[in-house]
Amino acid sequence: MNLILFIFIVLLGFTSYYFGRKKAYTIQSTKKRLTALPQFYGYYLAIWCAIPAFIIFSLWAIFEPTIVKLLILSDYSNQGYLDDELNLIYEKTKALSRGQFTGEITPFIDASAEKYLSLRSIAQSSKVVIVLSAIIASVAYAYKRISSNSRTREPVEKFLNAVLFTASLAAILTTVGIVFSLIFQTIDFFKVIPLFDFVFGTHWYPAKAFVRDSSEALDPTMYSDTFGAVPIFAGTFFIAFIAMCVAIPIGLMSGIYLAEYASAKVRQYAKPLIEILAGIPTVVYGFFAALTVGPFLKELGTSMGLEVSAESALAAGGVMGIMIIPFISSLSDDVITSVPQSLRDGSYAMGATKSETIKRVIFPAALPGIVGSILLGVSRAIGETMIVVMASGLAANLTLNPLESTSTITAQIVVILIGDQAFGDPKTQAAFALGMSLFLVTLCLNIVALRVVKKYREKYE
Amino acid sequence: MNKNKEQLLNKRYKAEQRFRLYGQSAIFMALLFLTIFIFKIFSTGYSAFQKTWLIVPVTFDPELMMLEQNPSKEDIQDADYYDIALKSMADLDLNANEDQENELKRMVSYFFEKEIKNELLNDPNLIGKTKEVYLTASDDLDQVFKGNYPRDLPEDQRRVSDYQLKIFDQLVVNGKVESKFNISFFTNADSREAELAGIASSFMGSIFSILVCLMIAFPVAVLAAIYLEEFAPKNRFTDFIEVNINNLAAVPSIVFGLLGLGVLLAIFQLPRSTPLVGGITLSLMTLPTIIIAARASLKAVPPSIREAALAMGASRMQTTMHHTVPLSMPGTLSGTIIGLAQALGETAPLILIGMVAFVNTIPGSPMDPAASLPVQIYIWAESAERGFVEKVSACIMVLLGFLITMNLFAQIIRHKFEKKWS
Amino acid sequence: MIKIKAKDVDVFYGKKQALFNISLDIEENQVTALIGPSGCGKSTFLRCLNRMNDVIDICSVKGEILINDFNINDKSCDVVRLREKIGMVFQKPNPFPKTLYENVSYGPTIHGMAQSKQEMDEIVETSLKKAALWEEVKDRLHEPGTGLSGGQQQRLCIARAISVRPEVILMDEPCSALDPIATAQIEELIDELKKEHTIIIVTHSMAQAARVSQNTGFFHLGQLIEHGSTDKIFKNPDNTKTQDYITGRFG
Repeated sequence: MNLILFIFIVLLGFTSYYFGRKKAYTIQSTKKRLTALPQFYGYYLAIWCAIPAFIIFSLWAIFEPTIVKLLILSDYSNQGYLDDELNLIYEKTKALSRGQFTGEITPFIDASAEKYLSLRSIAQSSKVVIVLSAIIASVAYAYKRISSNSRTREPVEKFLNAVLFTASLAAILTTVGIVFSLIFQTIDFFKVIPLFDFVFGTHWYPAKAFVRDSSEALDPTMYSDTFGAVPIFAGTFFIAFIAMCVAIPIGLMSGIYLAEYASAKVRQYAKPLIEILAGIPTVVYGFFAALTVGPFLKELGTSMGLEVSAESALAAGGVMGIMIIPFISSLSDDVITSVPQSLRDGSYAMGATKSETIKRVIFPAALPGIVGSILLGVSRAIGETMIVVMASGLAANLTLNPLESTSTITAQIVVILIGDQAFGDPKTQAAFALGMSLFLVTLCLNIVALRVVKKYREKYE
Repeated sequence: MNKNKEQLLNKRYKAEQRFRLYGQSAIFMALLFLTIFIFKIFSTGYSAFQKTWLIVPVTFDPELMMLEQNPSKEDIQDADYYDIALKSMADLDLNANEDQENELKRMVSYFFEKEIKNELLNDPNLIGKTKEVYLTASDDLDQVFKGNYPRDLPEDQRRVSDYQLKIFDQLVVNGKVESKFNISFFTNADSREAELAGIASSFMGSIFSILVCLMIAFPVAVLAAIYLEEFAPKNRFTDFIEVNINNLAAVPSIVFGLLGLGVLLAIFQLPRSTPLVGGITLSLMTLPTIIIAARASLKAVPPSIREAALAMGASRMQTTMHHTVPLSMPGTLSGTIIGLAQALGETAPLILIGMVAFVNTIPGSPMDPAASLPVQIYIWAESAERGFVEKVSACIMVLLGFLITMNLFAQIIRHKFEKKWS
Repeated sequence: MIKIKAKDVDVFYGKKQALFNISLDIEENQVTALIGPSGCGKSTFLRCLNRMNDVIDICSVKGEILINDFNINDKSCDVVRLREKIGMVFQKPNPFPKTLYENVSYGPTIHGMAQSKQEMDEIVETSLKKAALWEEVKDRLHEPGTGLSGGQQQRLCIARAISVRPEVILMDEPCSALDPIATAQIEELIDELKKEHTIIIVTHSMAQAARVSQNTGFFHLGQLIEHGSTDKIFKNPDNTKTQDYITGRFG
């Protein structure tokens, strides 16, 4: 229904465009000069069609559900229901009206569902009437207004400018959305679990929070020693550390080799091949780590008399390192190639060998950019999810032994939120609190790294 | 003194060689990982494109099927196939006792009744006759036939009994086991049974998600890029937008999953597990990538083009829309394809918005619950059955095939259509 | 005495030939100026003398260049040792993004010329003094070299070049990025340096060539048109092209 209405409005828009242009042509035929191309008259009318439609649609989307809910629930007022119960009744009503209700149907709810359906259809038809009449009124008004000397190009361009500006807000809106989706759950979480326990507690055992009857009141003492995030944070940084131990030497040396030593031919083939590593989806790395690397390390360990868990931090971290190699190598390659040739010449002219030039002149000059790229790599390692979920353990051990299994922030978020979630449960809220810490940590890393890289670029541009 | 100098020079040249060697070995290591990786995936995955069939003689006995004389199409449709299906399997070993008959039945997929039925529906004249019918082998026998299953394990650690192996080997000797191209891998939805599981449902899920993602992210990103590059005043607010974009490009994907869960599902009440929500979530993630690519290609259009248009009396909007934007399109498009390829490989955010649900129907619209290819990989990788291992690798091959095609396409657009300014 | 002897030098960039059959002798402890219109190959020739063209992949050099009767284009020639003996100063000052001290001590460090910190301090001090920079910077040796003015940076680069006591110093338009006062300082310095070093300077300024050099070579379109004593080239050239260039008819 909404789709048909939408298509109809689009057609109306085209029609208005046509009429606007036609009017412009008529004016032109009377030998009067126009202030803008005839198309602009068309666009002008089309905009007058789009704006009221957009406004009414938005208002409807915001207010219709609330008003319908109020009307339905007014039948239940004065009956002593709690807010939660009223919400439940409303959800049941909606489900029943969609034919998706599976519980017991009481006559009350049945009646409400009937009422709900009739309200919806009234709302729907009145929306159609209001939208269409508003469009026709505004287009007619605009049509009357346009004449030979009315300005149409400026308003049209102003409108386009506003559209462009709105689009550019998308990035800010996304950031706001992220903060918004995280912050309320996080605050609720810290109402039950003290911040101190979260940040300094050393026992992470969210499964314990499951053993709770939902009708029971929240008893904070139940959760003491359940949501201590230290093992999670430690595991995250530990696995990221292992990853960087693999990625930094290999990535950096490949970047240096590609930038300074490799012939044009080697570069032409090796660079895209290494970058394939960056294009492989992380779930594929996860599978590889779990199926190949984990068992391989376990066997290797056994043959050397070491006890290695099949889901060791080493397997996850190592594979993650491979994934990060191309980020570091291509970023540092870029950074190194942007070091001016004159510095290289200066060093070579002093009789320095290539490696001396790299180590003593180019590397120090490129250092800020390289540090930036490493920080971006760290941020990636911390935020990486699938490899850890599939290849490392899910139990949060506080350990610095790379052969044991550990867990990370991202893995815990997935473990908690996979399947059905009950909002309002401390366990679910814990996932959002973890998400918040992840967001904050990576935000800091990214901002520092991007600033460093930007400063560096400006220096040599 | 001179000798010292000689020694020092030697040392310096050795250091030079060592350093060069480090560089070469780093490149070698990176390429080695890639090779192992590709080799491993292909060597475990290629067998999934083959499927093992048992050729079993089936007697379409009308009495066992409860069919009367001259049955209509509907009768055949409603007939009882369980008995003849069971009998034809039991007949593989005439001396089988009841337990063994059960084992015989488990040598084929639980779908075998339907396969026999389809045979008769295709050719109703078979009633009363015997025909050799192709039945899908159980996933364990499939693996045995492909040589992926260790036969030398003690019997109690295997899912295939000695008895089943004996019968199976007889069938192999008699040429009654055949391997054919696995069409059902591409046409079936997911299934709990490895031999029947296919990628059709997750494939459609991926396609729908990517389409939704494209339809949202592309227009918004291009418009935003145009504003920032061509119209935005240089002020604090613009800087703030820019910082936001650059930061969003580096925010972990799982955080976008939390956004989808906390805003799209919890507040806007959009339907869970659907490609619609998945696509919106992915579009927010791809947005910065496309904006950055589009801005870069707008920036690459030389100012002289803009000045020429402005000097002809075009307004700024006309200059941008008629000249700058069309010239920047190849770069923008190739950036968009690369962004979409990234989104196509994304798993974590989709898991959070519930696209991991088991879906055994093929979704027909973005509003139906679905999985996606990477999520399918995750689901199968977490399954215990041996038969899923090769499926995972095969699914990875399909996914990588897509990603490579998309990236090649992006390259072609870039090289073919992008103007070189110099 | 002849320090450098170039015989039939050809230089190619890929397939394009940049220098044709250059033969030129360079006198020890004198300043030789190479002049000519831009793109004539004078810098390319200069870069042949310390094999800086090796850095450019597509560049190939044919012919013999003898320094102290040793052919530097021979396979047995070690560029590291060659460049230790032949210093170079570039068109744009290019101090390393390090401290002044590190800039000057760079060469002596990599070539292992100082056994102790004191020796190194001495080398740095004498080099800076010879480059007439010591008085200006002695209190801030540990500040970054990029913080100096253009003329100071160029003198720092000269100090860096002479720190390894090269026999020859190549200068590739060393004053083109500097103001007249800094230029005068550098020219004065060149005059001083020629006592200990053989100097070859590429310049686009004929006045500069006349002021600082004893010998001059004139390049045009990749060919050495004429060379001889600066007096002769400027006052009484043999070739009409040289005459035209000197009098400013082209270039």
